[in-house]
Amino acid sequence: MKKNRTLEDAIAAIPSGAVVMVGGFGNPGTPFSLINELVRQGQTELTLIKNDANEAGHGLSRLVENGQVRKLITTHIGLNKGVIDLMNLGGIEVEFHPQGILAEKIRTAGSGSFGFLTDIGIDSEITRQEDLLNWQGTTYKVEMALSADFALIHAAQADWLGNLVYQGSAINFSPLMAMAAKHVIVETPDLGAPGRFKPEQVHTPGAFVDSVVPLESLTSDYGILEHHVRR
Amino acid sequence: MSAVERILSRAVKEITPGSIVNLGIGLPTQVMHYLPDDFDVQIHSENGILGAWKQAAPAEMDPFLIDAAGAYVSLREGASLFDSAVSFAMIRRARLDLTMIGAFEVDAQGNLANWKIPGKFSPGIGGAMELAQKTKRIVVLTTHTDKHGRPKILKTCRLPLTARACVSRIISDMAVIDVTDRGLVVREKLVDITNEDLQAQTEAELTFATGEASV
Repeated sequence: MKKNRTLEDAIAAIPSGAVVMVGGFGNPGTPFSLINELVRQGQTELTLIKNDANEAGHGLSRLVENGQVRKLITTHIGLNKGVIDLMNLGGIEVEFHPQGILAEKIRTAGSGSFGFLTDIGIDSEITRQEDLLNWQGTTYKVEMALSADFALIHAAQADWLGNLVYQGSAINFSPLMAMAAKHVIVETPDLGAPGRFKPEQVHTPGAFVDSVVPLESLTSDYGILEHHVRR
Repeated sequence: MSAVERILSRAVKEITPGSIVNLGIGLPTQVMHYLPDDFDVQIHSENGILGAWKQAAPAEMDPFLIDAAGAYVSLREGASLFDSAVSFAMIRRARLDLTMIGAFEVDAQGNLANWKIPGKFSPGIGGAMELAQKTKRIVVLTTHTDKHGRPKILKTCRLPLTARACVSRIISDMAVIDVTDRGLVVREKLVDITNEDLQAQTEAELTFATGEASV
């Protein structure tokens, strides 16, 4: 079954108030086209789950700047002072997790389990007493799985069954989120017919993917950020 | 040499051949540029790279390949790319030999605070808790004092901690200081400064190793 959708139709499935995972670490893997369409359609009261908040004027930051985000579940927003300032003013709720713990919470949901035990941050302020579990003489922190209503994913290549291949450092959270959300929307600049990939090269099997949006071309959002080029 | 250059040129000597090293956002990621091109090391970047290397030439720069700080890195022969769960499995399973990391505050017990200044600047945890808690050796790179001239090397951290008793060594723009059972021990001075003046810019009590190297 072809999973091809138009950008408009794919994003129209997302209601206000939805919990949405967004792939990407910095720019690589950020589904800018899906995000920009979500800005255009204007759904509000969103809870977003992403490693970071991108940088001012780009990607996830646009949704925050446009007042569409109620809560951000993330690991690091140090490159986005505007979001830090908004958080300090109480304009957005921000929940921080250790990066690998956020990844593992998503991975756990994506594999159909409910939680795991860890010692990361166990004696820090991110741990509450009720999160602790004593088991056979050792104290652990219980981390619950984290799922979402939707995941927005950028894939370097896809076929219309939803098989995905990622590129470079754009893998990051994408294959984990693609398994952890109820409805997975993928954008790709390179969509082709099944059979184009060697089966063992597929990063995310199509079973996890609901919609594939072909992109005509990649906008400047996806290009080199000049201020990150070392001179 | 500027304060930053003093820190970076001393920090690069901490990297031993054959090791796996993570360089944190800020000063540490810049250490890579001080490594000789043929140096035997694998740089781990927590966004999913083992074998990251110096910025590619302009024609080869790949917008889909960055380090954790957003710099356009290249890949060395033998590099691998993976998702964030695998990247942090590598960290939590202690496969990294060394992490160099920045600090808001570091103290005499080796406690580290670098993720939250309540109400002011809270960049977030990123990979820091897992790196600090699980890497075999943590070296903090920091200016000796903050931009107001106040000490960053304290008796006890006041900000929310990233991890407890995790720091082995502090490299500042003034000195190389080890965290030991007997407190902080100055191993080297990187500027021409008396012991008394160095102590005056440090809240924690310093011990001076006999015969410490000076500039």
